Amino acid sequence: MNKPHSNKAWFLVLPVFILVAFSAIVPLMTVVNYSLQDIFDVSTRYFVGTEWYREILNDSRLQDSLVRQFIFSGSVLLIEIPLGIGVALMMPKSGKWSVISLLVLALPLLVPLNVVGTIWQIFGRADIGLFGWALNAIGIDYNYAANPIDAWLTVLLMDVWHWTSLVALLSFSGLRAIPDAYYQAASIDRASAWAVFRYIQLPKLKSVLLIGVLLRFMDSFMIYTEPFVLTGGGPGNSTTFLSQALTKMAVGQFDIGPAGAFSIIYFLIILLVSWLFYTAMTHSDNK
Amino acid sequence: MAEIHLKSLAHSYDTTANPPEYAIRQMDHIWHDGGAFALLGPSGCGKSTLLNIISGLLKPSEGDVLFDGVRVNDIPPQDRNIAQVFQFPVVYDTMSVFDNLAFPLRNMGAGVAKINSKVTEIAAILELTDVLNKKAANLTADEKQKVSMGRGLVRDDVSAILFDEPLTVIDPQLKWKLRRKLKQIHERFKTTMVYVTHDQLEASTFADKIALMYGGQVVQFGTPRELFEQPNHTFVGYFIGSPGMNFLEVKRCKEGVCFGDIAFPLSAAEKKALQHSTSNNLKLGIRPEFVHVWDKPNSQAQQANVEFVEDLGTYKIVSLTLGGVSIKARLQEDQKIPLQSAYISFPEQWLMLYIDEFLVEKENDDE
Amino acid sequence: MNKKKTIGLSVYILFLLLPLYWLLMMSFKSNQEILGTLTFWPNDFTFANYMTIFTDASWYMGYINSIYYVSLNMVITLLVALPAAYAFSRFRFIGDKHLFFWLLTNRMSPPAVFLLPFFQLYSSVGLFDTHIGVALAHCLFNVPLAVWILEGFMSGVPREIDETAYIDGYSFPKFFTKIFIPLISSGIGVTAFFCFMFSWVELLLARTLTSVSAKPIAAVMTRTVSASGIDWGVLAAAGVLTILPGVLVIWFVRNHVAKGFALGRV
Repeated sequence: MNKPHSNKAWFLVLPVFILVAFSAIVPLMTVVNYSLQDIFDVSTRYFVGTEWYREILNDSRLQDSLVRQFIFSGSVLLIEIPLGIGVALMMPKSGKWSVISLLVLALPLLVPLNVVGTIWQIFGRADIGLFGWALNAIGIDYNYAANPIDAWLTVLLMDVWHWTSLVALLSFSGLRAIPDAYYQAASIDRASAWAVFRYIQLPKLKSVLLIGVLLRFMDSFMIYTEPFVLTGGGPGNSTTFLSQALTKMAVGQFDIGPAGAFSIIYFLIILLVSWLFYTAMTHSDNK
Repeated sequence: MAEIHLKSLAHSYDTTANPPEYAIRQMDHIWHDGGAFALLGPSGCGKSTLLNIISGLLKPSEGDVLFDGVRVNDIPPQDRNIAQVFQFPVVYDTMSVFDNLAFPLRNMGAGVAKINSKVTEIAAILELTDVLNKKAANLTADEKQKVSMGRGLVRDDVSAILFDEPLTVIDPQLKWKLRRKLKQIHERFKTTMVYVTHDQLEASTFADKIALMYGGQVVQFGTPRELFEQPNHTFVGYFIGSPGMNFLEVKRCKEGVCFGDIAFPLSAAEKKALQHSTSNNLKLGIRPEFVHVWDKPNSQAQQANVEFVEDLGTYKIVSLTLGGVSIKARLQEDQKIPLQSAYISFPEQWLMLYIDEFLVEKENDDE
Repeated sequence: MNKKKTIGLSVYILFLLLPLYWLLMMSFKSNQEILGTLTFWPNDFTFANYMTIFTDASWYMGYINSIYYVSLNMVITLLVALPAAYAFSRFRFIGDKHLFFWLLTNRMSPPAVFLLPFFQLYSSVGLFDTHIGVALAHCLFNVPLAVWILEGFMSGVPREIDETAYIDGYSFPKFFTKIFIPLISSGIGVTAFFCFMFSWVELLLARTLTSVSAKPIAAVMTRTVSASGIDWGVLAAAGVLTILPGVLVIWFVRNHVAKGFALGRV
């Protein structure tokens, strides 16, 4: 689409800008401020420059949890994006089953984060939960509290259960927004279902998928409550992801300086990777 | 190539309503093989509905659609051998123009050599050769529409091509180019083409015969000239022509019909029809092109007030009032127009009588 | 419908429903039963957990408060996001790409460290412990999301539709409300739902910015953790009750989300 240039469009954007900037700029500057200081209490603070940043980047425990975090987010994306699209394709477009599937899909998203963790905590136990019991009944030795791999898989499964609906709902509404004329033309052209998916549906889902990928990446990268409630980061450190490390530092030790620096680093990592996704996925539009 | 026959066709979108509201009221209609036809009419008259019924995208609630005598109601669009071009260009954005045009052929399993020859041939006809390797998403609107048309033309087995207001999004200066292109394509391939539009100029330049639709009915089916000279319904008179036909509401009187104190004699056939009818819905229609304007009074002309004149370059439209009714006349650019009063007359051969909105034929062969 | 699709979808729906079924059952069990045995249906079916909630005035207020500020947030977000998304979709202007990306960056850091600055900021403008305060705070992450989603849907509507409408004599507001909005119906539906959802489940900010008047359910829910351990039954009941308003929202927007885009005449 050739878009005309018009700076008057800023008027349309101004309310959004003001609203968001109000909540964004001052707190952000405050945190940057923290990150450059050593704060003992309100009146005793020393400027330490980039000391916190260097300390954090060299901390091996944090480096480990960063690696775990990338693996986690990567797996989340690899599973939830295709699965979400697939579910959206399977959903009926109209009628009562359409409404029912929409409702069911929305349910996991509406459960508060701590309750999600709690459900799976019980659900996954071999003695009192259906899932744990079922797995052990068919002979798989499963214990998420003791076995790191089981813990990982359970956390992943919980995330898939909880969040795939987001991708599915986005994809579903994106699919519904495709004009009928495209399907009609494809049917007249005798296109196969795969061709319809590849040449009509997938391209038209691009913008919706971009949001889905970015959202899932960002939210999974920042995930805290659900895995914390489920495994507490264990067994050992095996499921201690990045934000748990941050929270320990900020809330547990109440070390605002390092916590501030950590937040900024966190932000920069997500920013960088998101920007990479964004550029990669919108690049083909500009060819 | 196919002859399309609509038999007792009617369509209601909501058959459970009582009484059912019809988008298409019962019609019987034949489109002959190889012709170029226009479906003309205002918004909401049912022309798109009709087009979608022919292509199979919509199933009629009553009646049959026959291609070459074979009932196709239950046959889906992909098996009817038709191609359809939509109002908004529908192209496969991620594919190149070449791949777009090749798409239907590849889906049918055609060989590489055949695909190449067909695609280059059609691309040449549509003047798309230069952009063959360009991604379809980057084309202009008219190029995209040409690609849409091209996909219909690459197939040998196409029996009819249906166009649903395809020039809506095209720039005006490119519209006439594409119209000519369509005419060329028709002359070359001789495929049955049905073209839906609300623009009468498009319809008359493209079509051999126009089906004018109004309120779900084909009100008249004929050549552009027939529709112009012999509109058999007041709606046809009103819709065709720029501006449309002038109408005077008249009453019966001794000589024939009268408008106020102006009498208009009628032909024998018209008089007969008038006698047979009890209706008081009587109108006289005459096209602005046939209204005679005199600057001097004469015995046959009526005095009318000149309201205003629109100068449209090669011709002028004069708006006059006669007895409180607005009459428009279309004159040549060099014709003199009196300033305040003018004298207008209506040549009998072009003055049409309408009873209950329908035309009364002037001559009656059996008598 | 396609057999394979129905089976696949049914399996997935079952997958989603099982843990929820477990939650529902937990809400009708006593803590001993939850932690003691594996039962598919409560041995001792009890409403006690729900009673605990219903008889506690702060639970009820928590619901009302949450519903109130979440609704405020939804309305504000949609109102400001629609014109902005339209601007991004239809025009180029100075800083447009940067602004668009910047919006999303506001979701890119875990809130933990920002809570104190937020508290200070909102207190200083008198928005502490108000519903509008929480609603505005949630705009930080909901407005960018809304703008991004809506822009995507709007860009799917061909510009020709705008132009044809102007030629037909529509004024901009009339075009926007009568023609444009119905065309992006599914986008608006899904945006409304996501705004609701993210605001509804957001705990930290809502807790930080409120104390009494506007306290949300999330804050109240932490009371299920006491010195004697977690009150599983009550937590489960609270969880069930928390899902309900969201179900209502999806019910209301269901037609919008599922509505197709019929390339109608303009």
